[in-house]
Amino acid sequence: MNHISEEQLVLLYYGESTEAAAIDQHLVECETCRKEFRALQLVLNTVDSAPVPERGADYGKAVWQRIEKRIGGRKQRRFAQWWIWAPAMAALLVSAFLAGRLTHKPVGPEVAKNQQQIRERILMVAVGDHLERSQMVLAELSNAPDHKGKLDITDERQMASELLDDNRLYRQTARSTGDTAVANVLDDLERVLLEIAHSPTEVSSSQLDDLRQQIESRGLLFKVRVMGSQAREQEVAPAPQKNGKKL
Amino acid sequence: MEVEAGSAVERARAGDSDAFRLLVEQHSRAIFRLAFRMTGNEQDAEDVVQETFLRAYKQLDRYEARSSFSTWLFRIASNYSLDLIRMRKRHEDKRERGSDEERDILQSIPLDTPGPERMAYGTEVRDRVNEALNELSPQERTAFVLRHFEGLSIEEIGASLGTGTNATKHSIFRAVQKLRKNLEPVVGHAR
Repeated sequence: MNHISEEQLVLLYYGESTEAAAIDQHLVECETCRKEFRALQLVLNTVDSAPVPERGADYGKAVWQRIEKRIGGRKQRRFAQWWIWAPAMAALLVSAFLAGRLTHKPVGPEVAKNQQQIRERILMVAVGDHLERSQMVLAELSNAPDHKGKLDITDERQMASELLDDNRLYRQTARSTGDTAVANVLDDLERVLLEIAHSPTEVSSSQLDDLRQQIESRGLLFKVRVMGSQAREQEVAPAPQKNGKKL
Repeated sequence: MEVEAGSAVERARAGDSDAFRLLVEQHSRAIFRLAFRMTGNEQDAEDVVQETFLRAYKQLDRYEARSSFSTWLFRIASNYSLDLIRMRKRHEDKRERGSDEERDILQSIPLDTPGPERMAYGTEVRDRVNEALNELSPQERTAFVLRHFEGLSIEEIGASLGTGTNATKHSIFRAVQKLRKNLEPVVGHAR
């Protein structure tokens, strides 16, 4: 038998040689190969000395705490059921808002002001929910890790598609009530949602980059977050008091 | 253990987040060790651990019990680590130049110095091992770490990384050659 190649020795070291018996026999007889194998063993055994920082027994619990929230948000399929009725609910709120605007009876200025505030609050509640859901979609894509292959965005695509109808409704409402700031953000949001909804279910890293760029170039995630929290603040703010009297 | 893991996987698939919590608690440390050996960086390793479980949860339906759950997690972790290493490599030219300088300094230190300095020998060997691992290409490092530290067979690694058995074998051979080239001058003194 000729001398044993390094590759054969590597396979022997890892127990994957198909000629282990013959190589073992050769090593008994050949000092050159024996030395070579010993040198290889020495290096590979030394590699084991590379230290790895220790993680305590509770490490798994800490990892779970970090990911629990994100897992809860994605896995709850009941969420999908909520998703089905949410647009209808939102549409109802906006309809109520518009109906209030179109059918209002002549009333005194104080009452009219209060009714206007109530309607705006109804709109902001609906828009707040909508922005929160939109934010989830945008954040998922913005934070998606770089991927060498294709990334499955089926969920995000479906959500974007469902959000689009609401978005149009809110945008038109905001425009008609002269709320230009809200209308402009919803306008930007609509373009990106449209892009996401029309993307393939699996996107390449360059397609994902394009989507991210669209989100980032408009500062959309930031705007949606700010506007969403403003809507939430209005939602929890005290209701207008009747006749301006303190209780 | 794997039988328990199997039932936990089934329950997790059915939406039982407690079952998935058990899997996270059971496998986190092993994934961290793998991730650290692959990335050589504690923060990156933490990211890999987190991302591995998030991806695993999302892809639970794709898990087939033909391989063990831990092997499946290793596959996810190693693929994500590979992505991370490649991404880092693209942005770390400056740091690599720094490493070259550090290596030159280390190589200039005589190893056969007697006395207390000999105490630093173990540390130096470990540093050299880390540097030698850093010299491997992402593909070589991944294949080597999975074979050497995690004990996966070459065939399993090839399947996990989608590179096939022969290419994996060659990645491991190249990794071993590079490690020998860099480490033999150091460990030779211990002989």
